[in-house]
Amino acid sequence: MRKRNFGIWMAAAALVLVVCAPALAQPTTLQWWHSMKGANADALNEIVTNFNASQKDYVVEATYKGNYDEAVNAAIAAFRAKKQPHILQCFEVGTLTMMLSGAIYPVHQLMADAGYTVDWSKYLQPVLGYYVSDEGKLLSMPFNSSTPVMYYNKDLLAKAGLNGPPRTWDEVGEYTAKLVAQGVEAGLVVGWQSWTMVENYGAMHDLPFATRANGYEGLDCELAFNNPQVVSHIARLQSWTGDGRFAYSGQKFQGPQAAFVGQHAALYIDSVSRIGALKKTAQFAWDAAPMPVEANMAQPLNSIIGGASLWVMQGHAEKDYKGVAAFMAFLAQTENQEAWHQKTGYFPITVEAYENLKKAGYYTQNPLDEVGIKQLMRGKTTKNSRGIRVGYFIQIRDIINEELENVWAGKKTAQQGIEDAVKRGNEQLRAFEKANK
Amino acid sequence: MIKRAHFKAPLLPYLLIFPQILVTLTFFYWPAVHGIAQSMMISNPFGGRDQWVWFDNFKDLFTDPLYLKSVGITLGFSAATALTALLLGLFIASQANRALRAKAAIRTLLIWPYAVAPAISGILWLFLLHPNYGVVAFFLKRTLGIDWNPILNGTDALVLIIVASAWKQISYNFVFFLAGFQAIPHSLIEAAAMDGAGPTRRFWAIIFPLLSPTLFFLMVMNIIYAFFDTFGVIHTITQGGPGGMTTTLVYKVYKDGFVGLNLGSSAAQSVVLMALIILITVLQFKYVERKVQYAG
Repeated sequence: MRKRNFGIWMAAAALVLVVCAPALAQPTTLQWWHSMKGANADALNEIVTNFNASQKDYVVEATYKGNYDEAVNAAIAAFRAKKQPHILQCFEVGTLTMMLSGAIYPVHQLMADAGYTVDWSKYLQPVLGYYVSDEGKLLSMPFNSSTPVMYYNKDLLAKAGLNGPPRTWDEVGEYTAKLVAQGVEAGLVVGWQSWTMVENYGAMHDLPFATRANGYEGLDCELAFNNPQVVSHIARLQSWTGDGRFAYSGQKFQGPQAAFVGQHAALYIDSVSRIGALKKTAQFAWDAAPMPVEANMAQPLNSIIGGASLWVMQGHAEKDYKGVAAFMAFLAQTENQEAWHQKTGYFPITVEAYENLKKAGYYTQNPLDEVGIKQLMRGKTTKNSRGIRVGYFIQIRDIINEELENVWAGKKTAQQGIEDAVKRGNEQLRAFEKANK
Repeated sequence: MIKRAHFKAPLLPYLLIFPQILVTLTFFYWPAVHGIAQSMMISNPFGGRDQWVWFDNFKDLFTDPLYLKSVGITLGFSAATALTALLLGLFIASQANRALRAKAAIRTLLIWPYAVAPAISGILWLFLLHPNYGVVAFFLKRTLGIDWNPILNGTDALVLIIVASAWKQISYNFVFFLAGFQAIPHSLIEAAAMDGAGPTRRFWAIIFPLLSPTLFFLMVMNIIYAFFDTFGVIHTITQGGPGGMTTTLVYKVYKDGFVGLNLGSSAAQSVVLMALIILITVLQFKYVERKVQYAG
């Protein structure tokens, strides 16, 4: 009799344990959908593992959801089905879409609601600026940010009797002429032409991409990159396609990178995120330099960033958001930012992380990693160099790409191509305005 | 008189086809109706704010010269792809049909490309013909002196995606044509030969008419393939470029809707595409099928 009682008690105790244990000890799971692959994904997962080990209340679950547009679409479908993740990594061109989606919880508000006082001025402003509202409030947490720089083939330059990289566009013209005369197939190639040759060219020369402070101040903005400077820059590149000083080799990075790595081109403008790939594949001496500027621009402004940021999505419980805020704070910690920057080449988001690494002599050992940051931090950020905030930006970039291709192929003059891009882009802007009234 | 079998209970046949109707309604009609509704709206992708705009999306499409250009590109591309794949498929099948040795092995090898996914086919052809790292491209440029550059030249790009799309479909056509050839009774051909008909005459007078049901079926299938399934090829090779020269209708639907999140316009484009493919198929059945001889 006693024995049986004991058995019942044991069973009851076990049952209580099974039922209550998860409720008592199970941490809250936070979903993070991202688009990082390879080495970048390893670095991301390390941050997640460290965060999960650092406390017991929350577990961040990072899931790769395909490339940027696939991840955004997955999040849209999930949001409509009320199964959205807590955090979504979204590319910079999707900023306005996310901002107006009605599906997000602005990061500055999240941090304030969770009781964090963050001194946003300690963040790298050119990075933060891309993701702030018109009043300067942070909407999404910058995560992976890069900027374009110019890579150059030291061996080919030396062969042509040239020392060091060209600083101005005039010098690029002279350098590439000498390089081509030396038998190099192409002087210059560029990746992501809309981003590097139109958006960043404009920012560094303090030229607007769009009216209304590049779109930050209203949906009624209009594209404005049809100014004489951009047009003459494109016209110059077009004239260089004739004698091989500039060669078009694709919209993204693959073509131009292959041309540079194969020594078919001596100068190559692309994101700092190419450094890793070039280290692995380039079989010659090369280096990186700031992007060329116009000779009359004594003090060029900062370049603008590309990449992605972390958006917090609405519709979760309050305690979940406490965890999201804790994770965001963890992410911004100096040592995590240092590790992220060192492993991926993407910029740290706080000034302290940069200064710390500088003090530790990281950049004397890895000067390549500092070229982009220095370019990003020079000058005082203006409304033209803070970032670009236009609707249907993806379509507009496509249009710019198409029209530039028409220019390179000689089907249109630079003036006509740029004017057409502005006209077609403005139609997209009006459609976006109508959809977001 | 033809004898017909009658089921006594009128309910049973309906019950038997019910699952199929359910599947069709759920997976074909329901999304199609949804798509048509979406094409008359402007909406926030995340849901919530939908504005009913009737035919505004369509009006915008048909006043956009680039959309009309895309229609032209699609028709040209589809015709070229289908024609190339059909002709080469027919030619290879007629040759394989006459092969004397290793028939089975040759046929198996010829069918293989069909098992390759369009995206992979695209990557393979890109590796061969990319102006910066393609082996064949180097040959074209260095040895033949052709200024081959599909990255900048729209015609080159179009040729490249037609080749990559047709290559895959040749195998599919080959299988059907070969089966068609083998279904033709030998006695007919021999009789014609004895009557003094040469190979060309035999082909046009006997083989071709007997092959026409296969040819018609493949024509419909190839056009549909070229319209819809070539997405993978275009996505991996040109992404619609350069200068929009390879943006077919399907690719534009994807770009505007999936990447650009303009759902209304994308849905309107899907509706236009649906109408277009219905029209083409109806025309084919109406005019081409008349010339098809089904009875052997």
